[in-house]
Amino acid sequence: MGQKSLLSGNEAIARGAWEAGVKVATAYPGTPSTEILENIAKYPEIYAEWSTNEKVAFEVAFGAAIAGARSITSMKHVGLNVAADPLFTSSYTGINAGFVIVTCDDPGMHSSQNEQDNRRYAKFAKLPLVEPSDSQEAKDFIKEAFKISEMFDTPVLFRMTTRLSHSKTIVELGEREEVPLKDYVKDFRKYVILPSNAKVRHYIVEDRLKKLREFANTTWLNRIEKGDPSLGIVTSGISYQYAKEVFPNATFLKLGMSFPFPAELFAEFVSMVEKIIVIEENEPFLEEEIKILGYTAVEGKKYIPICDELSPEVVRKGVLGEELPHPEPLKSVLRPPVFCAGCPHTGIFYNLWRLKATVTGDIGCYTLGALPPYESIDTTICMGAGITNAFGFELARGKEFSKKLFGVIGDSTFLHTGIPGLIDIVYNRGITKIIILDNRITAMTGHQDHPGTGRTAKGEPTKSLDIKEIVKACGVSKVYEVDPHDLRGTREIMKEVMELDEPAVIISKRPCALLPEERKKQAQRPKRKVNPEICRGEKCMGCIKLGCPAISLKDGKSFISDLLCVGCDLCIQVCPFGAIS
Amino acid sequence: MNSVLNVIISGVGGQGILTASELLAKVAMEAGLDAKKSEVHGMSQRGGSVVSHVRLGPKVYSPLVEKGSCDVILSFEKAETLRWIHYLKPGAKVIINDLEIIPVTVSLKLDSYPKDVEKIIRERAGADVFLVPATELAKEAGDARTANTVLLGSLSLLLPFEMRIWEKVISENVKKDTIEVNLKAFHLGRNYLKI
Repeated sequence: MGQKSLLSGNEAIARGAWEAGVKVATAYPGTPSTEILENIAKYPEIYAEWSTNEKVAFEVAFGAAIAGARSITSMKHVGLNVAADPLFTSSYTGINAGFVIVTCDDPGMHSSQNEQDNRRYAKFAKLPLVEPSDSQEAKDFIKEAFKISEMFDTPVLFRMTTRLSHSKTIVELGEREEVPLKDYVKDFRKYVILPSNAKVRHYIVEDRLKKLREFANTTWLNRIEKGDPSLGIVTSGISYQYAKEVFPNATFLKLGMSFPFPAELFAEFVSMVEKIIVIEENEPFLEEEIKILGYTAVEGKKYIPICDELSPEVVRKGVLGEELPHPEPLKSVLRPPVFCAGCPHTGIFYNLWRLKATVTGDIGCYTLGALPPYESIDTTICMGAGITNAFGFELARGKEFSKKLFGVIGDSTFLHTGIPGLIDIVYNRGITKIIILDNRITAMTGHQDHPGTGRTAKGEPTKSLDIKEIVKACGVSKVYEVDPHDLRGTREIMKEVMELDEPAVIISKRPCALLPEERKKQAQRPKRKVNPEICRGEKCMGCIKLGCPAISLKDGKSFISDLLCVGCDLCIQVCPFGAIS
Repeated sequence: MNSVLNVIISGVGGQGILTASELLAKVAMEAGLDAKKSEVHGMSQRGGSVVSHVRLGPKVYSPLVEKGSCDVILSFEKAETLRWIHYLKPGAKVIINDLEIIPVTVSLKLDSYPKDVEKIIRERAGADVFLVPATELAKEAGDARTANTVLLGSLSLLLPFEMRIWEKVISENVKKDTIEVNLKAFHLGRNYLKI
């Protein structure tokens, strides 16, 4: 028996990649996928990088696989949309050394903008789909995924969900198997996807799919668990655990390789049970495969909802129409996530709120600027859209309207997909104004480095991109740098650019307040205090409207928590009576 | 242990909830049991509500506790306890840190902070409720940041694990120079309650 360890699904994938002899790993951070690369980066045997975006991550890892190294790329579900272009064509070319794409879906949308079920990508791109149901399987299945990849000359799509990625379960560890580089042989017909070659490759893809269909019937990833024959359950991923919890005695068809669907194994399962239901989260992916085979009496979504994540109680209620007896749920006080004390974004959104600007937002901590007390953001769609949506507003509503319009985007997000949008504004004679919130880190996902930070995923020093120079190189001549904690100065610059008849970019420069270097500075600063003799409290609310978590009302007056205050001076700047020092 | 024990740990981002649930799961693992724990990262780190589910027993399937099956809620903040009372099973126990963290929504008058949290839980869920002044006990131990270890100490009274396992797991999982203060905090929490 190997050593046992309590690992999250993401940590288990990192371990599995290491054990599988992976040499190259790439990712762009995104909840719930981020910890995969963070943990892979700790292994000296594996090259690991934070890529500029998911498409870049995919292509770098895929290039390494073609060149002969086992490679892995990981991203959140919507990240795979960004990487969809190479995804589909990689299916045609096939691989050389094993190549696994990890998609971390977010049923329940704990930290995402949609609930897309990326199992559909496997069918769409004609790739085998592997789905573990706990951390042990995550580790073991990754190793098998590399074998499948090399056995069938195909990328493998490996699907996690939030509850797998972020649950910790016990894993028995193994050792690393050193897998030598495969020979690289130039192969024009395989890797140069000209139409004439692609036509040939498509037949190969269809043939591979047939072979994978056969393989799905016999792989150990798929199994029948014999139990009570009166109920048969088809399931995969985390749904298996919920189904086992509610129906521990049923007969299960547990799918670890869920596409292509194992038709013969299913036929065997049908002969063993009296009734079959499909228990799966979100889309009726397995149910549709079963119905295509002609088993129209099999039901799934009749019982199990499409929307939101599953849980034992959702499965129990859906199938049995009952719940365990439990107290009535109670509402507690609203406690939405907020900007941290000393957050640089506070200064920007406070000013945008004061200017009553129309703001197209983007993906990051600053999305919280859409919530009270600022309520300053009008749109948030996807990475990069803060810039492009703003230009769309200008085109629809004219240049006068767009003078009070800002597109807002973070530093990592700007480098991810913001640059083409900015070039688009310049090229197409727009005047849209952009604010780049440069806090020197990818903050929302927990402080990952990016091309502007001067450090790699491995912590090595590297070139630090100068965002100002990039903006200028995009053709923007009006570029301003501001300290967002200088409220008046920042507001003056905002007002100035609003009058311009050309595009302009304001770069808000202040590091995330949670960075270690910032925390050291905060420890040196005095905590702010309110003089209750001067404070007008409820009648004023000036500092409360900052939305700083350190400031609350106590006995009708403002009160600053010693525990939370980091000694920035935003509250001093906004107090009209000089009550804070 | 013949059946699965379900624990929910709740509170506010930054209180050390994930560390506490990790220690609990490792204690179960050390005792030879199966253990799973689940929580959500991301948005919840920014001062929002945080909850972690921990399940311990001979064999655990779901990492999530089912509504109506929770044996113990360990809550690091008073109002956060209310959010999860529908998970409690009859006869469950609730340990609450005697601490109120007022969210910005209250100062902005978008909401009000709940009153009589313990009474509501006793009446609505029929649970035994215990209040622990964890911050004060943690200060007594020597570091206010060990409040989460104090609360684990209180929780340990309800669980069938030997003291040496708790001490081993705590010692192996906290920073070396904080082992002593954490062990002290653990015992202060354990000795505070009479259950």
